Order: sequence, then C-alpha cells, then structure tokens
Amino acid sequence: MKRSSISQVYAGVLVNAIYAMKNYPIMLLNSMLMPFSMLVVITLASRGALIGVSILGAFISALVSNGIFLQADLSHLKNDFKLQQMIVSSPTPQINYVLGMAFSELVYISPTLLVLFVLALLFIHASIVGAAIAALAISLIFVVATVIGYMFSTFSSDIMQTWGFAGVISIVFSTLPPVFYPITYIPMPYQYLAYLSPTTYAAEIAQNAMGFISLTQLNIAIDWAVLLAILFVALVVAIKRSRWREI
Amino acid sequence: MFIVNSIECFDLSKTYRGKGESKEALKNVSFSINSNGVFAVIGKNGAGKTTLVRILATQLMPNSGTAKINGLDIITDAKKIRSQIAVMPQEARPVPWMSPRQNIFSYMLWRGFTPKEAITRADKTIKYMHLEKIAKKENESLSGGMKRKVLLATVLASEAKVIFLDEPTTGLDPISRIEIWNIIKRLKKDHLVLLTTHYLEEAEELADNIAILNNGRLVAIGTLEELRHKIPYQYSIMTDTKNMKKIRASLGRCKIVKGKEKTQILANKELANRITTLLVKHNVVFSTSPVSLYDIFYYFARTDIGENNEEE
Repeated sequence: MKRSSISQVYAGVLVNAIYAMKNYPIMLLNSMLMPFSMLVVITLASRGALIGVSILGAFISALVSNGIFLQADLSHLKNDFKLQQMIVSSPTPQINYVLGMAFSELVYISPTLLVLFVLALLFIHASIVGAAIAALAISLIFVVATVIGYMFSTFSSDIMQTWGFAGVISIVFSTLPPVFYPITYIPMPYQYLAYLSPTTYAAEIAQNAMGFISLTQLNIAIDWAVLLAILFVALVVAIKRSRWREI
Repeated sequence: MFIVNSIECFDLSKTYRGKGESKEALKNVSFSINSNGVFAVIGKNGAGKTTLVRILATQLMPNSGTAKINGLDIITDAKKIRSQIAVMPQEARPVPWMSPRQNIFSYMLWRGFTPKEAITRADKTIKYMHLEKIAKKENESLSGGMKRKVLLATVLASEAKVIFLDEPTTGLDPISRIEIWNIIKRLKKDHLVLLTTHYLEEAEELADNIAILNNGRLVAIGTLEELRHKIPYQYSIMTDTKNMKKIRASLGRCKIVKGKEKTQILANKELANRITTLLVKHNVVFSTSPVSLYDIFYYFARTDIGENNEEE
C-alpha cells in the first residue's frame, strides 16, 4: 500500500491546531496576547517611534514562542494521551510527525500573523527583497525553536517538567533578545548578553533588511553565519538525541 | 486474504538505568506464537508486560536479544513492521478536544491513508463498533468505558494484523469490560492480538495462548490446558471449611487453601478422584472443576520466589 506523507503531516495540523482551535477558541486569544501586548507597550513607550520595529518584533516573538511551546503541546500529547506511542508504532516517520506539528503551530498563530501582516502593510514601508530576507531569517529561527522544542518534548515525562524547560528556553529565545527594539537600545556591556540568544541574530538580520537598523556587510555575514550554524547544530543534535524510538 | 501472523522472541532482555540504580525489566524472554488469536501476557505490576509490548511494538530498543513480528526483525525491520502493527498503549486516552470520528480519522491519516480512505475507514469502524451515537461528541464528555472503546476503534480501523492492547480494560466496570471482550473476540480470526492484563478471568475468557511473566522472566507459556499440566495439580475442589475436620486426616499430598468459609483443595487427577470419593462417602457437599488460571498464576508467581509448598 502506498502511504501518503501529506496525509501524515495533515494529521498533525488537524489534531494540534484545527480541532483544538475549533473546540478551545480561547487558546487563539492566548497566542495573540504576548506579541500584541509587547507591541502596544513598546509603541506607547516610544510614542510611536518604534511601531515598525515592534510589529516586526511581534512577528518574531509570535513565531519563536509558538515554536518553543510546541514542546508543551507535544509533551501533553505524548505523556497525557500516549498519542506519540501510537504514532511511533505506526507507519508515520518521525520527520512527518514533527513537520505536521510544526505546521500546526503556524496554523495556530495564523490569525495573529494575519493581523500583524495588515499592520505591517500600514506601518512598515519596506522593499519586497527586504521583506523576503526578513521572512527567511524569521523562518529559520522558527525552525530552530521548533526543533529544540521537539527534542526536549521527547525527553520529558510529564507536563510540569515541560513547563520548566519551556520557561527557560523562552527566556533565552524571546525575552533576552532585542526583538521589539534595536539592539543599540541596550546599554553596553549588556548587549553582549543579547548575543547569547539565537533570536538576536535573526532579529538583527530582519531589522536591517526592513531598514530599522544599519549593519555593515561584515555584520550581516556574521549574523547569517551564526544563524545557519545554530540551525545546523540544532538539527544535528535533535536528529541524534531525540527519542523517537527509546533506548 | 487469510494470513497467519506470528510473534517470536529470542532472549529478549531490557534493563532500565536511572540515577545510580538499574532495574532488569525483562530477562532473556523467548517464545514463539505462530497463529492468529489472542495471546495474553499476564503478570503482577512491574512484571515486564508493558516493556515487552513496547519492545515488540518498536517503541523501545532491547538491551540484548531480538524479536520478529511476521518474520520481520524488530531491530532491523522496524519500518516494515510498523505497517503491520497497531498499539493501544497502557493508560492511553483519546485526545479530549476531538470527537471519536476525528480521533479515528486523524489516526488513519497518520497511517498514511488519503483523507477519503481515512474517512471511509473511520465511518465503517464507527458502524462496526456501534459508536454512531457518540461519533461526533467530544471525547472529553465520554465515560471511561466509551473512551476505551474509541481507542480500540481507532486501532481497529487500521489495516494492522498484529494488535497490541496493553491493559485495555483496566479500571472499567464489568459491563464495559464485557463489551471490550466481545470486540476482541471478533478479531481472533484474522488478527494476532497481544493482550496484557491484570485480570486473570479476562485472559481465561479471551486467550488462546497465555504467557506468565514474573519479575521480568517468562515463567510459563501455553494454552490454558497446557498450563494446567505444567503445575502439580489440575483440579480444584471447593468445600465448606467446616467440613475439613472430617476429611483432613484422609487427604494425601495436596495443596489446601483455607478460607474463612470455603476451602479449596488443589490436586492432580488421581488424587482428586480419591478426594471426591472420600467427600461423597462423608456426605460432604463440594464442587470440583479444573484449576483456574488464578491457581496456575498463583503457583508460578510463588514458585518463582521460592514460596510454594505442596501443602498449606
């Protein structure tokens, strides 16, 4: 029998996003709260000066947070419902399960992204090339967050443990980095702390591409190199360490 | 097409290692089942039943040894095996925000069916399992028994011919349990069902073959009749405890389990004949039957820890 990979990916989207959104609409509101509240605070505090960069930051924050909290969703499905055990013992390969779940997070935040897209059209005037570069950088950091989220979910044995992991990773990925404002707003030497977060490199690339900051060619090259290296390492570690079939 | 399914284990061992301690969950387990039907694995808590299921279902790697499902090796052919098996894990629950129909449909998608095939299979199974009335309700609102039926339906909707049910009736009321039993019975003809259970009457009712695990070791395997012949007594005689005084002195070497009101005498065929004749002679009311799985299990569980005596 020929098996459809698309069906297997679609199953993840249905279970973790579409059916969940249908039955628990409050979760939709929850996914909007964090990026929009920061967007409003930064915009008000800067008297509107940072609205553009804040909208971009809200995009990054929404994607990164949902990528990280994929960990909690997967852990919930794995530990509370034993769904992952059923899937491991089925023809679904690990990659299709993870892809389905990653897409489910995108579907989950699609209303947030749609609102942000409209705001971006209204308040950000960037070139198509700049927007494409920003989108690529944000997509890469989303993949990093998702891969790390998935890997940790395979280690967790209960949801409380997952919340602990997710909280720490969330600080590194979305609190520490300057996503809602340029990194130059952080006084030295604290700027160096921000570079501990992978998100900082994606945020710098995106802010530069949209014209909010101006980086040298060397800085841009370094940001891309670091971001791609982080992605590579995250993928290698996840492939080697994730527990699909336990040992 | 009628296919005979098989499960074979060769010296399967598994040790869990944790903070400074390790636990041998399975110790050199070997057996071979080459027929469709229900294969029950019974044992106390921590006997290794779930570990065995998880290894055979390709979720967990053994430390040593291997196993084959329909001739495919669990270590080297896991991908191929996964097309032929389906698992209902211990303590599994259907996802609460979905309906039974959505639950079955999504699992069929995960098995690689197209949406059209998946919905056809879901609807067919819902009908087969008489779940029409709850098919569109939220799983969250269902009773424990119904949730288990939904999970069983989810697994049965698949094309899998080897099905692992890890304690599928734990915690269910007697009516729900019998409903699940009836469904499992219908699978016997063209599936091989590996069922783990604490309930010995469940294994007795459903199983064609029974394995007894104790502390990670396989201590006995066979049909119920074969297991009866692996212990020193094949018959159970029940009588009122107050009658025992009359006959106690005349009993030979047998196992006596004395209760407050009833006493059970376990004996081999020859001895059972003598005892029943004696009971008739003393005009004592009694009943006799072949030993139950409970007696067999109790014998092996106690022998394994060196506590079995011929007489008590």
